[in-house]
Amino acid sequence: MAAGVPDYIDQLLGAFSFDPPRIWAGGPTSGRHGGAAAFDRFHRLSALEELAWRMRIEGSCGLPEREFNGPVVGLQQRYRNGLAALGEDFCEVGPEERDDRLRSRPDFTDLLFQHSCEGLYGAPEYGGNRDGIGWRSIGFAGDVQPRGWTDAEVSKP
Amino acid sequence: MTVDAVIVGSGPGGATVADVLTAAGWSVVVVEKGRNHLLDPADLTSPASDFSNDEIKFVSRQFLGPDPLVEPRTFRTGEADGDHSHVGDVNSVPSTVGGGGTHADGKVPRFMPDDFRLHSTLGPQPGADVADWPVGYDELEPYYAEVERSVGVAGTDGSNPFAGPRSGPFPMPSGPPMFGATLSIAAAERLGYHPYPAPTAANSVPYDGRPACNNCGFCSYFGCPIHAKGDPLAMLRRAMASGRAELLAETFVSRVRIEGRRSTGVELTGPDGVRRFLAARHVVLAAGAIETPRLLLLSDFDHPLVGRYLMTHFQTLAVGSLPIRTYAERGRAVTHVHDDMIVGDADARAAAAEAGLPWLRGGMVEYSGAALPIMEAKHYPWGEHHSRLMEDSPIRGRLWAFIMQGEDLPYAGNRVDLDPTVRDARGYPVARITYRAGRHELAASEHCGPRLSAILKEMGAEWTAVTTSPGGGNAGSPPGVPESRHNMGTVRMGTDPTRSVVDPAGRLHQLDNVVVADSSVFVTSAGYGPTLTLAALAARAAHLMAASSPVSPNPV
Repeated sequence: MAAGVPDYIDQLLGAFSFDPPRIWAGGPTSGRHGGAAAFDRFHRLSALEELAWRMRIEGSCGLPEREFNGPVVGLQQRYRNGLAALGEDFCEVGPEERDDRLRSRPDFTDLLFQHSCEGLYGAPEYGGNRDGIGWRSIGFAGDVQPRGWTDAEVSKP
Repeated sequence: MTVDAVIVGSGPGGATVADVLTAAGWSVVVVEKGRNHLLDPADLTSPASDFSNDEIKFVSRQFLGPDPLVEPRTFRTGEADGDHSHVGDVNSVPSTVGGGGTHADGKVPRFMPDDFRLHSTLGPQPGADVADWPVGYDELEPYYAEVERSVGVAGTDGSNPFAGPRSGPFPMPSGPPMFGATLSIAAAERLGYHPYPAPTAANSVPYDGRPACNNCGFCSYFGCPIHAKGDPLAMLRRAMASGRAELLAETFVSRVRIEGRRSTGVELTGPDGVRRFLAARHVVLAAGAIETPRLLLLSDFDHPLVGRYLMTHFQTLAVGSLPIRTYAERGRAVTHVHDDMIVGDADARAAAAEAGLPWLRGGMVEYSGAALPIMEAKHYPWGEHHSRLMEDSPIRGRLWAFIMQGEDLPYAGNRVDLDPTVRDARGYPVARITYRAGRHELAASEHCGPRLSAILKEMGAEWTAVTTSPGGGNAGSPPGVPESRHNMGTVRMGTDPTRSVVDPAGRLHQLDNVVVADSSVFVTSAGYGPTLTLAALAARAAHLMAASSPVSPNPV
């Protein structure tokens, strides 16, 4: 929670409320190891990429241009369904009951787990890994351009 | 206006052809269905700055494409699976300007001389169509040397005792060895193997106006933020600087128009969604060994072997956890390899005999670690122990691995065709992959896997495990979707028009002005990544085109 995983998921589910949509952070550097803070400048999407990401996040919504291979359930709907299934009292019940409820919905739990890993150990510009806390906790330097590593740091650390 | 050549695909094959043809004075249009993140849109002779050390962008969210929601493929292991058993990503190579060159970690070995004459040296295999290539190592060697200079390859002359002869030294010396590699080299040598520095398209010194690699570690799966990697940037920017090349990104070629024995050009749809016709004197197909046969099938090109003999490398992965950190997140993704499993020995011959096979060959073995924390996090079970596992880091921090690119034999049943129901977002039928490893691949994997584990134990690994990709090997997992990204063989090269689709120059036997310049033309798969060999073949095909056809006076 403190690492910002819910913010990571919020930013993904609400990516299209930003312009440009917050799908792909910019390059080539974040400023954390020198260089400009360019990760903040998210990439614009092509029409095909916007179609793909709206299908992924919003689902096909009955739109024929999104249903060329049939209906697609989006992440927003999967979160709505998954959270409803966990129950409104999920935060109040004990840890064992919480684990039982999570284990009884493996599809949603797996989605939540995948996104939690990304929110904990991905770049902070996506909303999670606040101030790099996830990277620090595992001794990972994160994005290291333009500094990189010296040859000695590679071969004889 | 009719251009001299339209080139479908901007990866290592298409970019090489564009470079050679524009240098010979031809006008070319390079068509790429993906986006341009490689060249600066304001000046196509300069690199862009879109690549970054960002695991979410490149691994979790496929920045380099293709997105399986709008450009899916389908998969099955055989007809018993029905129309398909999987829809989504199937062994996709990036769909972006630069193609597979952008995401690869730059290992670019040559094939060995015997790789081109497997049928003559080892003989047939039951169930497979093993054949010699119509082009041998000696004939290809000057083109290997040319593309090594083009992309910039670092290597150590004389370090691989099994390598074919070289006409000149590597363009650059090898870069720094990974720390984990220094441990595995010693262990492998004690067990009698012959590790050597992998020929690598990552600059060890400044080269061709691009900087030396600064060892950031975000290499495999990632575009290079500083353009120290030998992706097709060098060839594309040279083609653009000639003034005779045009790049059409985000443009999909849906049909090669055919009239009698010739093509008149291609039908394509750009980002505006409007389909139009581009007339060309020559058509070069360089869309990769899945999209190239798909395009030929979409064009109603009629040859019974189009799409057949798909090979992908049956990978065997031996992993072990060491008691010390391996620092695999620093530097190149792989710095050392050995070829002993390709060459074989008395043990391998005995294993083949025991499996009832005339011979078996493994593949190049890559010495590698794991670098990325999200990938690591997704491998551990969720729950209270997860954060402690991440701190202790048996995978990212202390894992060492040997990945063998096992040679796939060519089987007519492993193939690409058009899926009967699934479409891409543009409305065209997608490629369906039917693939299953054969007895040879499984026997080679079962023979080599334990030997790779033994090297890990010699290094001091606390535990080891062997898996295969796809499943079906000695790990006991079911056959499934391959993940090697090494697709080859689907538009086979040969001299006999009934047993091959293209001639020894890469030209379709049935069409006088259509050339295939990607790994589709491979006759056998060798145990090496296909990039350098496909680029060398593309360079050779382009030089033959330029020599056989006069230059037009009109630039693009």
